[in-house]
Amino acid sequence: MAKLLRINSKNKKIAYEELTGPYAGLGGRGLTSRVVRREVPPACHPLSAQNKLIVAPGLLTGTTAANTGRLSVGGKSPLTGTIKESNAGGTFSQKLAKMDIMGLILEDKPDPGSPFQTLFINKDGAELIEIPEITGLGTYDASARLFEKFGTKVGIMVIGPAGENTRLASSIQFTDPRGKPSRAAGRGGLGALMGSKKIKAIVIDSEGSKAPEMADREAFKAAAKRWAEILVNHPVTGQGLPSYGTSILINIINEAGTLPTKNFRSGRFDKASDISGEKMVEFINKRKGIAREGCHAGCIIQCSQSYNDENGEYLTSGFEYETVWAFGSNLLISDIDHIAMLDRLCDDLGLDTIETGTTLAMAMEAGILPWGDGLKAIELLKRVHDPKDYLGAIIGNGTSFTAEAFGVDRVPVVKKQSLPAYDPRAAKGVGVTYATTPMGGDHTAGYAICQNILKVGGDIDPLGKEGNIEISKNLQIATAAVDATGFCLFVAFAVLDTDDSLDTIAKLISSRFGKNFTAEDIAKTGIEILKDEYSFNRDAGFTAAHDQLPDFFINEELPPHNVKWDFTAEELQKAKIEI
Amino acid sequence: MRIQVSCFATLSRYAPTDGFLEIKEGATPIDVIDQLSIPREEVKIVFVNGQNSGKEIELQEDDRVGIFPAIGGG
Repeated sequence: MAKLLRINSKNKKIAYEELTGPYAGLGGRGLTSRVVRREVPPACHPLSAQNKLIVAPGLLTGTTAANTGRLSVGGKSPLTGTIKESNAGGTFSQKLAKMDIMGLILEDKPDPGSPFQTLFINKDGAELIEIPEITGLGTYDASARLFEKFGTKVGIMVIGPAGENTRLASSIQFTDPRGKPSRAAGRGGLGALMGSKKIKAIVIDSEGSKAPEMADREAFKAAAKRWAEILVNHPVTGQGLPSYGTSILINIINEAGTLPTKNFRSGRFDKASDISGEKMVEFINKRKGIAREGCHAGCIIQCSQSYNDENGEYLTSGFEYETVWAFGSNLLISDIDHIAMLDRLCDDLGLDTIETGTTLAMAMEAGILPWGDGLKAIELLKRVHDPKDYLGAIIGNGTSFTAEAFGVDRVPVVKKQSLPAYDPRAAKGVGVTYATTPMGGDHTAGYAICQNILKVGGDIDPLGKEGNIEISKNLQIATAAVDATGFCLFVAFAVLDTDDSLDTIAKLISSRFGKNFTAEDIAKTGIEILKDEYSFNRDAGFTAAHDQLPDFFINEELPPHNVKWDFTAEELQKAKIEI
Repeated sequence: MRIQVSCFATLSRYAPTDGFLEIKEGATPIDVIDQLSIPREEVKIVFVNGQNSGKEIELQEDDRVGIFPAIGGG
């Protein structure tokens, strides 16, 4: 029977519960958002004892179906004050699923001054233990110590100094199949929520546990076979992503004139080719890194990589398009090694790379850093290590906070979360998502770049208004459902273009659980999740006025297409499902 | 007349060395694809001056053409 593990961080009580009642049949984002909606007071302070951190594998995680090893982490976001689901790869999710644990709920809050604890879970149970030597360490050193102590087969979820010090831009990092803590639940400052509970790490050892059986093994096997074919046969999931990683987007987004450059002043960067996926792969091959690898076992898409420095030593992995953009064209930095070092520092400090890139842009706007100076950016970011460094504390608190600290008025955030790597004026579908998703500024929640630029799943003019509200709404529903399954969101490229893909997903869920789940139920799942999320935000005080982009997007034209953001807040409400 | 042409990802090997191409009056992106010997089925997206104008639009002097295979990420 699938179970929930409830951990009280104050009195150290740990209890197993069955997944029943309002939580029955839920997984991933479906479960995290339902628990937040039901158990977290919407108006609470995100760092208070009333907030909870929920970790949940997806409905199909732990099965043999390809690309199902993703994980949802939820809570009330310390950064935005909204509900939050942040999605990550790594080995942790499949280990939870193997132990038939569908969710971890971290509750309450230890007294001030209490030491950090580590939660260890194995087949014999779970316990909170103190490992003082990892407190204050970066995630790379901390996870290396934890592998030494618990063996190399464990999965690790860990925060860095940023999370320990409850910085608002902090991430939660997960170890990948090579043991590198490079996979992040990056967005929304959930590392600060974990830090507020005084949990430095969660270590899971699933050895000796027997994975749950499929309700209909043969039907599942057949559906999983077809599912793998769908992914392998699509040119994006079968060829493009494995060959170049996600930074393959740099050149096309630049060509489309929507690559945000110098804090969203232009849609083109004259040095885009220096930071492109093509260039990254050239460097990786020259330095004997690894050009393609997965973030979890059973991944077919293989968009990750191991990036070595110029001496051939490992520097970083999970080095993604959004990160390359955030520290690259956004800051006018064109040295890919400097960008890779900034990525490594973020993973090690436990900081969201998107939020931190836009934060450094605020420092550049304020004159603290020169535009384009990668080495000085690295120096500044290292200051986040020291909890007593006030400038480091400001930078660790993200874009909105840093802009306020220095009087910057060009602040690319929605609900205090920074916008990612597509200028919304020239990719209006994703702009609608930025404005309206319950998550705050976020692209994954409704990735209309597919239809606006990539011509996957349709073709909608990125510069005009027509069709962009509708596509964002539909994608937000579909994405919520995908995030409940444990699928990597990149399966969407193939799903959008393949006729029998939704039926295949429905068959996987039906045969896994022995119930009749149809393609229509997928959309229903997405709608239910969004209802939980939008109603939480409403009760937390968010209104239609919060669903709009910063005014410089409305007032300034973006070259080269010279377009403005022209949706009204009222029009944007149509992208939200009714609650 | 002369246009600017870039080819990306798996198609980069077909790009003209200096980034420019002489084409006939009235030529379209399809003609450019053929002139560069790019297999048509490998081309998913063509941008002309940053817009997806289709493969049959008539090109003008100094146009900027970007040719891409199927691409995704995010």
